[in-house]
Amino acid sequence: MKLYFKYIGILLKSQMQYKASFFMTILGQFLVSFTAFFGIYFMFDRFNQVDGYTFSEVLICFAAVLLSFSVAECFFRGFDTFPKLIKSGGLDRILLRPRGVIFQVLTSTIEFSRAGRFLQAAITLCYAIPTCGVVWTFDKIATLILMIAGGISVYLALFVLYAGISFFTIEGLEFMNVFTDGTREFGKYPLSIYGKGVLGFFTYVIPVALFQYYPFLYLVGKTERLWYIFLPLICAVFILPCYAFFAFGLSRYKSTGS
Amino acid sequence: MIELRNINKTFKVAKRNAGFKEALKSLFNREYTYIHALKDVSFTIGDGEMVGYIGPNGAGKSSTIKIMSGVMSPDSGECVINGRVPWKDRKAHVSEIGVVFGQRTQLWWDVPVADSFDLLKDIYRISDEDYKRTSSRLIELLDIGEIVKTPARQLSLGQRMRCEIAASLLHNPKILFLDEPTIGLDAVSKIAVRDFIKAVNRENKTTVILTTHDMQDIEALTERILLIGKGRILLDGTLDELKTRNSSRKTLTVVYAGNAFPPTDKISVVKDIGGHAEIVVDTEEISVAQAIAYVTSVVEVKDISVKGASVDETVVSLYKEFEI
Repeated sequence: MKLYFKYIGILLKSQMQYKASFFMTILGQFLVSFTAFFGIYFMFDRFNQVDGYTFSEVLICFAAVLLSFSVAECFFRGFDTFPKLIKSGGLDRILLRPRGVIFQVLTSTIEFSRAGRFLQAAITLCYAIPTCGVVWTFDKIATLILMIAGGISVYLALFVLYAGISFFTIEGLEFMNVFTDGTREFGKYPLSIYGKGVLGFFTYVIPVALFQYYPFLYLVGKTERLWYIFLPLICAVFILPCYAFFAFGLSRYKSTGS
Repeated sequence: MIELRNINKTFKVAKRNAGFKEALKSLFNREYTYIHALKDVSFTIGDGEMVGYIGPNGAGKSSTIKIMSGVMSPDSGECVINGRVPWKDRKAHVSEIGVVFGQRTQLWWDVPVADSFDLLKDIYRISDEDYKRTSSRLIELLDIGEIVKTPARQLSLGQRMRCEIAASLLHNPKILFLDEPTIGLDAVSKIAVRDFIKAVNRENKTTVILTTHDMQDIEALTERILLIGKGRILLDGTLDELKTRNSSRKTLTVVYAGNAFPPTDKISVVKDIGGHAEIVVDTEEISVAQAIAYVTSVVEVKDISVKGASVDETVVSLYKEFEI
């Protein structure tokens, strides 16, 4: 853990070498996320409700997704930029050091400039928490925390999966963004508004709904099913098959050397 | 102790001709060619040896280095280094080796080199005492006391290479792999790097394996040479052995005054312009002394020098001999 903080120190120092760029990116991230916020705002300004959800309810959903995405993107960026690591030979260097591969990939890049997006999400959450009409009892607080934690693990799993695929093909990985950037964008609204098919896909194939939709239902009181709170825990399990795939890719990399 | 026995490695490479149509075709029907990167490679390197590993581009040098450093696994064959199989026991193995790739960096680009060293200390779990001792010695020997305070990206190639070498020796590895360590360096830096490598080999008994295209590196550093071509080890011997293979031909350079060389079949004059002649002597037919005696008897010699084949020439003739 001490080593992890040391890595963070080095990476922070590196990014501080380009101070102007660093702060501009933070600002940019912050502002870009605003457009999403205003998108929701103007929508509700006209319609008051979307599929039975109020403005501040949707904001909670939006903030939880954005928060988990920004945390995941900041700390697990190494997997997101993994194809670069393969191409540049950085992976060979990682294999030459007496530390775990996952650990070193995680510490190869940490994107602190994602703080802008994080800030935006945090502010939105702070605004939505008191105004959404939820009585913040212990179970509701736990639900929200689990939602965010579940979201972080889903995005981590997707990044790991993405890295695993890049062992086999370097090109044409853009489609993976449908699941990462994509879910961030349309995860602003509870997934049920997109219809049964989409909801089903994100429940059983890629468990986005498990942290974004079902616990959210409980949070805003649309359901009384207590076990919905714990669905985000399944998201953590989703990491396992993704990691197994990554490990398989790595062993192939070692045998092909390309 | 490094032991390789019958190492084989084949790469599968997708074959594709140029052009859009071909690109489309390859989407559905891929043809592969198989490249035998290594064929039955076997050798043993003892502790503290300094070995030059040479061969033309694409001969299999990097593949061997990758296998020995545990980054890649072979298709078949055995490789045991200090009692371990590199790719199976990766973490334990890599903590005892140092690797320098001349064309890639292992330093963190945007921070001062000293910070990189500091991080490496923790990565390799080097104790404070050891770190202090080793780093101060390396910094002194390589003369990088001032340089380590600069971010790596601002260093010149020569400065950076010295830092790279220091970085790969911080954990006192038993084996050091150097992949083209002097590529692109100026004469001063080259000599500094060579001297340092020699010192490390002599004082720490570090085994050094060096790949290079610079034959002066080989001449200055290594006793033993491994020649690889088309995936096979072709030659394993000392530099002197290598030289004698090709040493029957000597070149005499003569500067003389007066009459030009009379035609003769005793020696072969390959060049003779304005009192400056180059003569090739085959020592199996006539000794150098006899040749010189003959030359002085026919012309008025002002200056004369004898040169054997250079290592470069030797290697070129070796490549030719093995058709690689």
